[in-house]
Amino acid sequence: MFKHIVSSVAAVVLSFSAMVSSHAEVTQMNGAGATFPYPIYAKWASAYQKATGIKLNYQSIGSGGGIKQIKKKTVDFGASDAPMKPEELDQYGMIQWPQIMGGVVPVINLSGIDSGKLRLDGETLASIFLGRIKEWNDKRIAALNPGVSLPAEAITVVHRSDGSGTTFIFTSYLAKVSKDWEKQVGNAKAVSWPAGVGGKGNEGVASYVKRIKGSIGYVEYAYALQNQMTYTLLQNRDGNYVAPTAANFQAAAAGAEWDKARHYYLILTDQPGKDAWPITGASFIIVYKNAEHPENTAAVLKFFDWAFHHGGAMADELDYVPMPDKVVKMAEHTWSSEIRTASGKPVWMDNMVQK
Amino acid sequence: MNSTAETLNALPGASSCASRSLGDRVFHGISWFAAAGVLLVLGAIIVMLYTGARPAFEKFGFFQFLTTAEWNPVTEVFGGLSPLIGTLVSSAIAIIIGLPVSFGIALFITEMAPPWLKRPVGTAIELLAAIPSIIYGMWGLFVFAPFFADHIQPVLTNTLGKLPLIGPLFQGPPLGISVFSAGIILAIMIIPFISSVMRDVFETVPTELRESAFGVGSTTWEVVWNVVLPLTKVGAVGGVILGLGRAMGETMAVTFVIGNAHELHAALFEPGNSIASTIANEFTEADGELYTASLIGLGLILFIITFIVLALAKLMLVRMAAREGRST
Repeated sequence: MFKHIVSSVAAVVLSFSAMVSSHAEVTQMNGAGATFPYPIYAKWASAYQKATGIKLNYQSIGSGGGIKQIKKKTVDFGASDAPMKPEELDQYGMIQWPQIMGGVVPVINLSGIDSGKLRLDGETLASIFLGRIKEWNDKRIAALNPGVSLPAEAITVVHRSDGSGTTFIFTSYLAKVSKDWEKQVGNAKAVSWPAGVGGKGNEGVASYVKRIKGSIGYVEYAYALQNQMTYTLLQNRDGNYVAPTAANFQAAAAGAEWDKARHYYLILTDQPGKDAWPITGASFIIVYKNAEHPENTAAVLKFFDWAFHHGGAMADELDYVPMPDKVVKMAEHTWSSEIRTASGKPVWMDNMVQK
Repeated sequence: MNSTAETLNALPGASSCASRSLGDRVFHGISWFAAAGVLLVLGAIIVMLYTGARPAFEKFGFFQFLTTAEWNPVTEVFGGLSPLIGTLVSSAIAIIIGLPVSFGIALFITEMAPPWLKRPVGTAIELLAAIPSIIYGMWGLFVFAPFFADHIQPVLTNTLGKLPLIGPLFQGPPLGISVFSAGIILAIMIIPFISSVMRDVFETVPTELRESAFGVGSTTWEVVWNVVLPLTKVGAVGGVILGLGRAMGETMAVTFVIGNAHELHAALFEPGNSIASTIANEFTEADGELYTASLIGLGLILFIITFIVLALAKLMLVRMAAREGRST
């Protein structure tokens, strides 16, 4: 009787799995990764579901988590704010493309200081995060802000407790503008922070900065906007103090030479341009070249193509920067030339463009 | 002789198959399977932790890993001292605050509460135990931490912080998120557990023993200390160990309020981290074999600490039992 039960259970399980795997119509896509673009991906996903009925299940577990999951093939695509190195992409047989750009913004909680009133430059920001400037009325900050009355409060640095692409973009900027930062800390998704407390995710940092008086942290601009946080002005490479706005993010991206970067490996911090926001970054999508489930990969590509062509207005609303048309065409070309099914047929066809 | 053999065979526990029904055999088999399964799972976890952590221990050496405070993913130098101390300190604070309070609650419910109050308080305690730990973390971050930072921490820093020996312990910025806050949240979380277990074991003491002690003229305290506790100490210690184990392994509630700073400070009001919160924060992002192995190594250390705590508790119970024999 036991054998009978075992065999019938096995039969049910096998038939169920066969049913699931042979189902060709895709109703849900799975992705995981960066928290930086999560607000815009979520907005696109809900609009796309209204238009086509296909759902996107995106888990914002962080860039490193996204890369890990796509390497393990548990998701259809991975998302990362730090582009994967070309050698690593070749090793795993994956490709990446930049899907959306945005800015990382220093946010503060300081009594009497509103958004856009406080000016900081790269060296000072790095010194604050290195723990070398401990009070808000330090002369180095006062020197950049004549006429602003700075309270004598202690500075509490808030950084990320988890590894993240937002940290990668932020530390990339600090490493470029401060030799001390580059030597002591470096540029990575997770670093050994010399000072401060760590919040989990962009949400955690935003929550701590809002809670702790005299704190300074860094978050993606959508989080700063939606939580109505106080941002600072930053001095860019050309010497101008700029505010974080979509126009200034676009100015930073305008000069980027995507066609010269293999596998789109380009980090957009500290770019030249009189209005360029110095901490701009792109967020990337990663898929396999060899599509084991071509229907799923095709669904993912269609969604992101739809986002390229129809998601610009939604991106503007959240102050993200859509990719320029030139890059969209480059990405579509990469899809059609690189992604293949197991039998060698291309997964992306020109007639699939979501105009 | 035959009848004796038959009687012996018919006793429960006899291993003769003929005397057992099918239901008995199945149940016997299932319980054996469950017990063996527990041992197997424990062994599998130990093996997994060890093999996962081996690259880190080979690179750094076990004792050096335990005593280094640096945690640098960029240069790939990892040391577990900061999370280890954070776990131990926050759990110690939780027990120091939680144990007397739970004992008091259990005592109140069993000995001193009027009958109409026993039920509500008992139910309230059990409800507290059912609240998910992440709710405690959120409450800690949004309600407790600001209140603590604004009203309690300055008072403590100005009074206890000025005392000679323990003064340096009570220093730190008034953020409200620190090892001390984590300890208090943990105390609030483990009080329901410990007090429920203590209350249950206190109620198992036969009423006759209590009544006879009262009849001889003992005060309530004397009854508790000399009659109830000695009888129930195994259960009470078990409850405390349960609470301590929960405090050491607690992840989400601690992550919210401990500050997640990989630094060692003597002061309790500074942010720190614990083993569980470090693993929860960094495991999904850890790329690189050494980083992941170091995190698993932290897990192995927590496992070892829990084991040591359990062993110490058993040792203490054996000692108490031995002393009992001598004093009577």
